[in-house]
Amino acid sequence: MKPVELINISKSYDQEQHVLKEINLTIEKGEFFVLVGPSGSGKSTLLRMIAGLEAITDGKLKFNGKLVNHLPPKDRDLSMVFQNYALYPHLNVEQNILFGLRAKKIAEDEQKRRLMQTTEMLGLSDFLKRKPKELSGGQRQRVALARSIVSESPLCLMDEPLSNLDAKLRAQMRMEIKRIQKKLDLTMIYVTHDQVEAMTMGDRIMVLNDGVIQQVGEPIELNNAPTNLFVASFIGSPKMNIGSAYIENHQIVIEDTLRISADITTVTGWLKERKFTVGIRAEHIKQTTEEHATHQLEVVNVEQLGNETLITFEIGNVLWTAKWLGQWLVSVGDYVPVSISMENIHFYDTNTGDLLKAAEQEKEREGIAL
Amino acid sequence: MTMSLRRKVILYCLLVVSALFLFAPTIIAFSMSFMTNQDIMTGKIIPTSISFENYFHVFQRFPLLKYMFNSFVVSIAIMLGQLALASLAAYAFVFIEFKGRDVLFFLFIATMMVPFEALIIPNFQTIRDLGWIDSYQGLSIPFFAMAFGTFLLRQNFKQIPKELKEASEIAGMGDLKFYLTVVLPVARTSLVTLGVYGFLTSWNMYLWPLLATTDNEYRTVQIGLRQLQSQEQLNEWGVIMAGAIIVVIPTLILLFVGQKKLQQGLAEGALK
Repeated sequence: MKPVELINISKSYDQEQHVLKEINLTIEKGEFFVLVGPSGSGKSTLLRMIAGLEAITDGKLKFNGKLVNHLPPKDRDLSMVFQNYALYPHLNVEQNILFGLRAKKIAEDEQKRRLMQTTEMLGLSDFLKRKPKELSGGQRQRVALARSIVSESPLCLMDEPLSNLDAKLRAQMRMEIKRIQKKLDLTMIYVTHDQVEAMTMGDRIMVLNDGVIQQVGEPIELNNAPTNLFVASFIGSPKMNIGSAYIENHQIVIEDTLRISADITTVTGWLKERKFTVGIRAEHIKQTTEEHATHQLEVVNVEQLGNETLITFEIGNVLWTAKWLGQWLVSVGDYVPVSISMENIHFYDTNTGDLLKAAEQEKEREGIAL
Repeated sequence: MTMSLRRKVILYCLLVVSALFLFAPTIIAFSMSFMTNQDIMTGKIIPTSISFENYFHVFQRFPLLKYMFNSFVVSIAIMLGQLALASLAAYAFVFIEFKGRDVLFFLFIATMMVPFEALIIPNFQTIRDLGWIDSYQGLSIPFFAMAFGTFLLRQNFKQIPKELKEASEIAGMGDLKFYLTVVLPVARTSLVTLGVYGFLTSWNMYLWPLLATTDNEYRTVQIGLRQLQSQEQLNEWGVIMAGAIIVVIPTLILLFVGQKKLQQGLAEGALK
């Protein structure tokens, strides 16, 4: 019995325009599941369909093995946190938190107990009599969170709850939400467009684009073996460096400029005689000494982040970024020695965008980690 | 903003003059209500001696209190009826999705273009057939449905985030409860505005009460005032003005109270 099962779920308006296409998904109990994708990818629609706020065009939605397609939201036993928090402006914090419990006519002392417990956990005890407009963004967020927690529903849905907060608060709330989710053993479905949020919070992540699942997996899996170019460029910061390539004289030629010697025996037959696309993570364009360098590249931009340095190079028509730990005093126009190794390169089909071969190095590392 | 003294003086003079123009009828009525007949006939504007005689006469001459009571009943009934119907209709137009909703709304709004005078005859026939002539319901019910009120409240309800409705749905709250516990309190500023507007309009109503009533038992004040005028061969203007001043008082009170409430509502502001 899985808490949430989606079987061939589709959504279309006026029969033609598909917003979501045949989504198959199973979410485990106590799992923090993240739906991530660019805006317009259908992730919020999917969440709203799970909540029952949006009709399901086709397919089956099951909660604990029971079909819930036509169940109204209140009978689905779930709670939801909205992007704009959806706090009632005329009620104070306490009334807002208890709103759902009162609607469900839960006993007075039980309400008290849950209120105490939750507000203590979220540090809201001092604000109970305040109206939402007298609270800061972070506090409002917490009230919304508290309202969802007091319902004690086993399934919690969140629709970009952190996108209205500033960066510092967001990092803090990320941790807090994750901590509460683990503590209460909630099954969480969390929608975001921010891949950092997805990577840091999710037990598993689903990447959605144009209503189609791109990849479902653990964060590390998505990072190390993105199944297509979309996932490759969407996950990771800075994004993966991508360039078109072909094989010539036992060398991989990237964007007609960068040549990497390849042990042709490892590159199987399917790469020869055709164009393909390569991808390499910023951290795999390594800094090195003159004698170990595979390439000398001209620096076109430098970003100093304090603990690391982002250096941008021009490779043919595209810009590649390298991420080096520490502070590197290079300036625009310098030629720096770098080492790019064949084993860090992902190979993708240029036409379909699908992964042909993931980088070897990362596969090994995954093995070690497990 | 800083302003030179000269500008200030000019500005205030202009304001005073236009205020005088605007208030002239009220001021004249007010001073006339304290004049003796003699003063009025000689065309004085400021009374030579203040007398309250006119006010005694008003109450003796005709059942002013009864008329005022009738007006109160009718105006309050209309106000409540309008608030209830307009807010319910607006709720449906905003929060309930059904086919043809927008078309229906535009049809609804289009009725605003039909002047009330054009509806008087059919309305009169209806209440006559119902036997509602000379009754409170005959005076008030034809005004319950109000396209303007629905329009005003719909615009206001539309500002309520959809998520509030959705959060209530998830919490297990039905439409009626959401309407009562969330929509009405959140939109109370507009409700007060509409209520004041509805009350004043019906308080000042003239044509309809004239048609729909035939005896003093159900007459409203505005008709009463008119009666005062025609009953006499020589109009006792002092008495009429005293009556008018008394009739205006509830309106003024309501405006002051309503204004304060309105400001409160506005100051509370909306949640972004």
